[in-house]
Amino acid sequence: MNAPLTAKDFATDQEVRWCPGCGDYAILKCVQKTLADVQADPDQTVFVSGIGCSSRFPYYMNAYGFHTIHGRAPTFATGLKLANPELDVWVVTGDGDGMSIGGNHLLHVLRRNVNLQILLFNNEIYGLTKGQYSPTSRVGTRSPSSPGGSIDAPLSAGAFALGAGARFIARGVDTDAKNLSPVLKAARDFKGASFVEIFQNCIVYNKDVFDDFVNKKQAKETQLHVEHGKPLLFANGAKGLKLNPLTLGMEVVEVGENGASESEVFVHDETSPAIAQMLLTLPKEGYPMPLGVIYRNPAPAFDESFWAAHGNKGKRTGKVADALRRGSVWRKESA
Amino acid sequence: MGDYENAHTPVPNPAIHHQDERPQAKRLVFHLSRWDMSRQISSGGAEFAGHKLVFTGGFAMLVGHNAGGRVPMGQIIPENQSIVVRFAGDSGDGVQLLGSQFAESTALAGSDFSTFPDFPAEIRAPVGTTFGVSAFQINLGARRISTAGDAPDVLVALNPAALKVNLPLLQKGALILVNTDAFNDRNFAKANIAADPRKTGELDDFQTVEIAMSTQTLEAVKPHGLSRSDAEQCKNFWALGAILWMFGRSRQPIEDWATTKFAKKPPEVLAGNLAALNAGHAFAETAELSAEIPQFVIGEAPMATGDYRSITGAEALSLGLAAAGELADREVIFCSYPITPASPILHHLSRMTDLGVATFQAEDEIAACCAAIGASFGGAIGVTSSSGPGIALKTEAIGLAMSAELPLVIVNSQRGGPSTGLPTKTEQSDLYQAIYGRNADSPLPVIATAGPGDCFDAAIEATRIAIRHMTPVFLLTDGYIANAAGPWALPDMQDFEPILSNTPPAAQNDETERKRAIWNRDPSSLGRPWVAPGMKGLTYRIGGLEKDIETGDISYEAENHQAMSELRARKVAAVADFIPDQDVEQGNTKGPVVVVGWGSTHGAIWRAVHDAREQGLDVAQIHLRYLSPLPKNLGRLLGCYDRIIMPEMNMGQCATLLRDKLGVKLIQLNKVSGQPFKITEILDSITTNYPAKAKIKAAE
Repeated sequence: MNAPLTAKDFATDQEVRWCPGCGDYAILKCVQKTLADVQADPDQTVFVSGIGCSSRFPYYMNAYGFHTIHGRAPTFATGLKLANPELDVWVVTGDGDGMSIGGNHLLHVLRRNVNLQILLFNNEIYGLTKGQYSPTSRVGTRSPSSPGGSIDAPLSAGAFALGAGARFIARGVDTDAKNLSPVLKAARDFKGASFVEIFQNCIVYNKDVFDDFVNKKQAKETQLHVEHGKPLLFANGAKGLKLNPLTLGMEVVEVGENGASESEVFVHDETSPAIAQMLLTLPKEGYPMPLGVIYRNPAPAFDESFWAAHGNKGKRTGKVADALRRGSVWRKESA
Repeated sequence: MGDYENAHTPVPNPAIHHQDERPQAKRLVFHLSRWDMSRQISSGGAEFAGHKLVFTGGFAMLVGHNAGGRVPMGQIIPENQSIVVRFAGDSGDGVQLLGSQFAESTALAGSDFSTFPDFPAEIRAPVGTTFGVSAFQINLGARRISTAGDAPDVLVALNPAALKVNLPLLQKGALILVNTDAFNDRNFAKANIAADPRKTGELDDFQTVEIAMSTQTLEAVKPHGLSRSDAEQCKNFWALGAILWMFGRSRQPIEDWATTKFAKKPPEVLAGNLAALNAGHAFAETAELSAEIPQFVIGEAPMATGDYRSITGAEALSLGLAAAGELADREVIFCSYPITPASPILHHLSRMTDLGVATFQAEDEIAACCAAIGASFGGAIGVTSSSGPGIALKTEAIGLAMSAELPLVIVNSQRGGPSTGLPTKTEQSDLYQAIYGRNADSPLPVIATAGPGDCFDAAIEATRIAIRHMTPVFLLTDGYIANAAGPWALPDMQDFEPILSNTPPAAQNDETERKRAIWNRDPSSLGRPWVAPGMKGLTYRIGGLEKDIETGDISYEAENHQAMSELRARKVAAVADFIPDQDVEQGNTKGPVVVVGWGSTHGAIWRAVHDAREQGLDVAQIHLRYLSPLPKNLGRLLGCYDRIIMPEMNMGQCATLLRDKLGVKLIQLNKVSGQPFKITEILDSITTNYPAKAKIKAAE
């Protein structure tokens, strides 16, 4: 028997060309380690990407890979899964690639629930084209194309995914492998389209944009790691989210002697779209950032339904010679 | 009948009265141009020129509104002629069903035919309007039929709008059957008709037979208890019954077909429609009307022994793709987005799941193309299909497939353009788009289909090239071919060579060796091995960035890009080593004039060249399947003719291509009206451009 694969076995001979300090390095390492942890078969694994910094990812993974065109990775991945449903297909995209030029495809791959993992590296900026604001940039983002500050409202990737009908939505932080790796494993195990938003630090064009919840100094206070069946607690259990039945919204409550009792803290149900909606649209100010598997509610995967609908799993049972005769055929005898 | 396929002005013939003629029993008869009427008549019901001359009753005389002194004669369509019938009505009148069932009956009678539906872009335009008119044309005869016909000899018009729209198309002297029930002020207003055309003299040049079809239908259907509107819907069957009688056809196959079609409907629907069919037939046969409605007898067309079926281009192309999958022993994954006139291919393939075909209706044109490429990456035959505007959207993805050296078949059912253009009309104006329409130097093979049945072979050929050379291939068809139908000799699958792919290399542990093996292109085709994810020990990465010519790694090296650009050009050029030499379809391999065509102009050119040759002109026909690259001998071959006429349904795209590639001088014949070429238009061009000095030579 071969020696077990290590993270190194998932690296290629290609020199990694991201900027020094880019969050992508950490994600790459985490993915390689996760695949080694689950002893994935590189021959059965494929990374498909679009265009952008994140989309260089496949070149650095020792697996099959396809670096495609801007925004379209989900469509190539869908076609690939139809050709070979056995493959473990990962789509790597970014906020520009996935949410802007490729928004339509992301919408449809999620609603179809194609069995693949979609990693959206969100850095709220266009990196490869040198720093223009992106659809997830906050209002007022100063960039070469918005010198006075951007004016359009940002998109929430998670809320978009939920609205599109995604059945698996999770979030992670680039440098937090400890929490990201289990999310990647859960995404891989999920039968259907698993959408993982990874907050990724663009050190050159949007440095520390997620500092409010990523910075170690305050991470404990500002990160809420959700878990199915567990109360929505953070800040070492000192705070929690409570449902306000009048506003149908979440409120931050202090938990403890002078505050709410733990039983008042809302218990996470990852199968509930309503809870997912609330968690994915929590205001930034005054609320923690929910991370982990926020929504997991399985439904039939498209690639399976596709072949079920086509019968015979795509196997050829008929002959063209016979099919030619479907309909009215007549014989001609030449004189 | 006249040689109406050619729309020659009919030559009047004297009325000839059969000895059994009964003064009261009148019969509409037509002249036969270039036809010895005396011989025909003297032979009575005997055989002539291999055709039975049938004079049911044998009464000859002129009826209808045309009293111009011209007395047409005879009901037999001679073997060297054909007759064009056009059905027209509201888009909800079931005209397409009427036409296609008449075509089916023509097939069973053994005549050759070609059909073309002509429907509006609107699905259900307001009833009674001119823009809501749907039509179906069929050209049939006991000779080879190459087009749906230039000008109809018979028009069945179910309402005034249908008459108004189609009148200008008709052959002078044509027979018109009108549904008089629809001729009222309300319908005239809807069709913007100032005065009843039956009273204005507009119909003087035609034979008009007025029938209260709706009344007749309602009467016939009455016992079956259908609602009035449902009952009136049966009038297409009534008209079909009348037409079947006119052509001496059996009703049985139609009844069988209707029984299956209406099996799931309430029984009165079938009963009502069959009652209408029989009533129409009986009506035409009754004494009073057999006087007005002529009966035509069309012999069997000479065709090679074999099994035939009627097929549209879209159907044949779909079967061809399925056949390609079978020959390559791979799944066909067809990814498309609905667009006129390409959608029928998606519909047909969706019913071929047992043939290893899967269809994916994507969210847009781009997704359809990308999914097809993804499927090809995965080892299936990825196919995408659209029409011009949709192809434009796929362009970037096609460039990627070319760069990544993946097989892909792109079917373009061309329509009138530019932009949204004329979605339901035909054109062949996407040739530049196929050959040049991508960023940078990105050559691709381009082939074209010549007619409905040919789509089968062309689809197999396109797939073969795509897999052998590992490249996207454009397969050009058009709205005319997609919807036109004619008899098709069923091919024998044994006649087709298997489609072989370049064998993947053995698993390699050494990464550099592995990459070199994966990009080790076949020296003759320059196609690389088709390595798909899931294969053991062959992991590799591809993409749209420039690749090192040997390892496939990203390369920004100047010399490498030069070499790769040249390689891509050489690869497409290499296709020419695998395709047959260009042949001459009709005529001599040298001479004063050759007509060169590509795509759906084939039928019209064939008939025009054939007729010109019968007139003694030394004209040849060359029809191109391979447009990029061109066959190697084409330049030499074209050099053997003094004049080259190039008819195209565009402003001269292939002419430009041939001038550029071969340096030849061409006479362009361009038509961009959204309608296919008429035979006369090409024949006129041949006559006009035929060199006066050229001696008439008998064909060798």
